[in-house]
Amino acid sequence: MGTARAKPTSKAESGAKKVKFSTHPTSDKIYYVFSGIILTSILIAVAYPLIYVLSASFSSGTAVSSGQVLLWPVDISLEGYQAVFKNKDILRSYGNTFLYTILGTFINVTVVMTCAYALSRPGLRGRNFFMILFTFTMFFSGGLIPFYMLMRNLHLIDTMWAMVLPGALSVYNMIIARTFIQSSIPGELVEATSMDGCSDIRFFFSFVLPLSKAVIAVITLFSAVGHWNAYFNALMYLNDRSLYPLQVILREILIMNQVDVSMIMDPELQQANVQAAAVLKYALIVVATLPILCVYPFIQKYFVKGVMIGSLKG
Amino acid sequence: MRSQPLPSGRAKNGSKKSIRSGWQLYLFLLPAVVYIVIFAYVPMAGVQIAFKEYDFTKGIWGSEWVGLDNFSRFFESYQFWTIIRNTLLLSLYSLVISFPLPILFALVLNSFIGQKFKKIVQSVSYMPHFISTVVIVGMLVQIFNPRTGAFGSLYTFFTGNVMPDAFANPDLFPHLYVWSGIWQGIGWSSIIYIAALSSVDEHLHEAAQIDGASRLQRVRHIDFPSILPTATIMLILAVGNLMDIGFEKVFLMQNDLNLSSSEVISTYVYKVGLTIGAGDFSFATAIGLFNSVINFVLLIIVNFAAKRMGNASLW
Repeated sequence: MGTARAKPTSKAESGAKKVKFSTHPTSDKIYYVFSGIILTSILIAVAYPLIYVLSASFSSGTAVSSGQVLLWPVDISLEGYQAVFKNKDILRSYGNTFLYTILGTFINVTVVMTCAYALSRPGLRGRNFFMILFTFTMFFSGGLIPFYMLMRNLHLIDTMWAMVLPGALSVYNMIIARTFIQSSIPGELVEATSMDGCSDIRFFFSFVLPLSKAVIAVITLFSAVGHWNAYFNALMYLNDRSLYPLQVILREILIMNQVDVSMIMDPELQQANVQAAAVLKYALIVVATLPILCVYPFIQKYFVKGVMIGSLKG
Repeated sequence: MRSQPLPSGRAKNGSKKSIRSGWQLYLFLLPAVVYIVIFAYVPMAGVQIAFKEYDFTKGIWGSEWVGLDNFSRFFESYQFWTIIRNTLLLSLYSLVISFPLPILFALVLNSFIGQKFKKIVQSVSYMPHFISTVVIVGMLVQIFNPRTGAFGSLYTFFTGNVMPDAFANPDLFPHLYVWSGIWQGIGWSSIIYIAALSSVDEHLHEAAQIDGASRLQRVRHIDFPSILPTATIMLILAVGNLMDIGFEKVFLMQNDLNLSSSEVISTYVYKVGLTIGAGDFSFATAIGLFNSVINFVLLIIVNFAAKRMGNASLW
């Protein structure tokens, strides 16, 4: 397998590797065949469950519940998606999650960038003190119960702020952003502009933000994914069903196996509930993951960049 | 001049400006400081209830001190050893598998020929990282469903029997937990190594090739040493979090049937602290504190060891 694949693309190889596969020494050929097998198995192992879920979501309830789906959709239908979009719980929680994600991400990025900017300035008095203040929290925390008591004392239980405020400042992201600002915005620029009477606030908006687009994109991505997938805070701090985010409803349906029949408004679907429930789950997985996978191609180029910035030690 | 860029033109424009300028920077710092004090340091002060008998009417500061009672109650409880064993087993198993595999994956991927194929493998392997824990566990439950799941169907397809329920078997729990973690994380965790490998000097490879080194030898003697510092830091971080099994996934995978191998410290803290009918805040906080202290000590020890061996360290 590795051999077949290696030939046509070897032209695109860089530097020293611009050679036909057949000209490689035998030991290398064996190496490439082995690594081709390894990589192909990893590819299949990662992709199969994803393809399976997608196929099952487009299959009919009968086909899914009788276990006929193995790789491709059987008996193609949209009944799973119909059931998802007729479920009031799912729709409302979907809306909640959108709200929490947008608001939460906005707060995260704001707090992280302002803090990173201030700490990136070498002239800031007490900079080391603040860095220690922030980094210490990465390694030690009060734990679950004291945090819960804090949330209760602040009267944040059963409000949307319980979903948005905890984790507003990710220290890790802040260090990434600070390192980025330090390495990409020269100190001379600060000096020169301040001589021209540019205040720190204006400098932030007209220089730091525009020049930090890459790091802002990375942080936005990380925190948006975090908020979209957030489950823990809802479990801890929300009891009011109308505030539930998508993940809590997902857990009820996917893991605890509770599909509330009365929530499916269509009587025909209620009848076919047993079968609908099976296919609904797969459709639900797709619907819940789709927004992230939609932006995936656009953000992919930032992955490596993001990790690279993070690995430059702050 | 270059070595100390002043935040403002203090030297030339007088002191008035530098004060205003500094004040503005603190304004930028304010939201983060307020946040971290309220949401990180106030709960740290709340840790004192681990040494108290928390009384709702008296509050955190007014409750009675009881010394180490809560801790000894935990050490003596009949569940203590089960929980510690489960926590250690899950985390060590995770570490042993999920630390080296991304490194191997990165090395193999990096050394392979065929850019397009590499891109595809990479893109697909990152994908599961963005799927939420709830959905991952949901997928596990669905796929391992004996009747309607993919593995259930395959099992029936090949053996003709109905597959036993994997989630009801405590012995399978660690495997499900660790390998689904690999499935989700192998691509993402390898990014950092792939990034490190991309900065390896091409000339080293060329020189080695001229000397007749095989691809495998070059991977072993050029690529591998070049990611060793990164790997050391990742190992320090991983060992520092050894006792810190994420709550979410274990909690979501837990059920009454696999509880004997799935109850770990964090889920136990939740259970005794926050579920209805329990609500023993002091006891739960003590267990949580015990856990964080062990983590903190581990981190310091590993970092110290790494420093002594002359490798990279965190600080």
